[in-house]
Amino acid sequence: MINRNPQLDEHGALQHLLTTEGLPASVLLHILDTAESFVGVTERDVKKIPLLRGKSIFNLFFEPSTRTRTTFEIAAKRLSADVFNLNIAVSAQSKGETLLDTVNNLSAMNADMFVVRHSQSGAAHLIAKHVQPDIHVINAGDGSHAHPTQALLDMFTIRRFKQDFRNLRVAIIGDILHSRVARSQIHALTTLGVPEVRVIAPKTLLPKMVERLGVHVYHDMAKGLKDIDVLMMLRLQNERMKGANLPSPEEYFKYYGLTPEKLSLARRDAIVMHPGPMNRGVEIDSEVADGKQSVILPQVTFGIAVRMAVMSILAGNQV
Amino acid sequence: MPLPDAEAAFESLAKKIQADADRDFSLIGIHTGGVWLAERLHQELGIKQPLGTLDVAFYRDDFDKIGLHPQVKPSEIPFAVEGAHILLLDDVLQTGRTIRAAINELFDYGRPASISLAALVDRGGRELPIAAQYTGITLELPADKMLELRRDENGKLSFHLYDKNLPE
Repeated sequence: MINRNPQLDEHGALQHLLTTEGLPASVLLHILDTAESFVGVTERDVKKIPLLRGKSIFNLFFEPSTRTRTTFEIAAKRLSADVFNLNIAVSAQSKGETLLDTVNNLSAMNADMFVVRHSQSGAAHLIAKHVQPDIHVINAGDGSHAHPTQALLDMFTIRRFKQDFRNLRVAIIGDILHSRVARSQIHALTTLGVPEVRVIAPKTLLPKMVERLGVHVYHDMAKGLKDIDVLMMLRLQNERMKGANLPSPEEYFKYYGLTPEKLSLARRDAIVMHPGPMNRGVEIDSEVADGKQSVILPQVTFGIAVRMAVMSILAGNQV
Repeated sequence: MPLPDAEAAFESLAKKIQADADRDFSLIGIHTGGVWLAERLHQELGIKQPLGTLDVAFYRDDFDKIGLHPQVKPSEIPFAVEGAHILLLDDVLQTGRTIRAAINELFDYGRPASISLAALVDRGGRELPIAAQYTGITLELPADKMLELRRDENGKLSFHLYDKNLPE
């Protein structure tokens, strides 16, 4: 096969996790099912298992991120792997080393896995294509392209609270245009059989022809939130607020900020999610963020279990 | 070859355990066959404490060879392992590697007062110094044969034998 998904080997086993796009439902569900068992591990007194003992995992963060890097670090440590955090923004690359030279050097130190965050879309793909077949790559966010582990932990959270994907209406709300999270969520939701995925945003924050991803477009919260089971809020990045996309944070909050009043337009048992970090008073009201329908903190907890599942499935799929 | 009756093997195992019932065991079944045995025993011996289940996939020693087991189930131990007298249940005891993994996993929950092992079948072929305190039956089988316990929709147990290297 010429157009084989670069994430899968010839037997369909996951070798890298770069994007949720094009991954079959069976692979996504295997990750979610495996993560169920890791939730149990993270609730024990001894939150560590010996599965990846002796493996070296490098966190390559070319873009600053404390939270995502920490969750990957916790996941790797709970699997007993050795974790090395490289803050590349202030190391070799600023001295002029190329991305692939950095990767070559770390591979020569016998890396088993790279977790990559980069401001350029496609960076993790590039590394995955370049490394030896026994090295696995996880995309921890590349440009505005993909953030697959975030999408998977969101799917895990939805399944935990709503059981089945096949009777849900899900709305993704906010800056879809710049969001790698939104893209990964849309691909995962449609693959897992969610019959209706909506995006709600002002026109300036929607990509052109977003309908092609199989979503319904709304510009109005009152219409868009009707009958919704799951609300997936997106973070409004500060730089967007200052740019030409939006008049002001206050104006955005007025129309798109999730307040208790707007939330009451969705189903009464709807859950509210947010990938963090939140801008309280911009995309979400504190009363909602801390309210009964919020599952934002469980998302964080499940994120560890989902990343443990991804790491152990990848490490186990040796060529 | 004729296979022994799994129901009779279970009765034999249950009797032996019942003789020691005053030992106040906490039951833990190893997925999947061991959980079926633990459920039956839990009911038949009228044990009040809920039973635990263990999936040893995260503690296996062949991860580097075969990767993660495709269907890992959550381990659930709804009682304190610390200080408990644990009776582990497994369907087929052979190399002892599953039991080694189970013991390691249990110690990550706490320090039990004791661990005993009950196996429905002991087919020999040990690769580790592990022995069962309670055995339903013992059986000699060629090394390339896989013995599997199955449970039908009525809960009836039966044995099945197939070649190790072939899918059923």
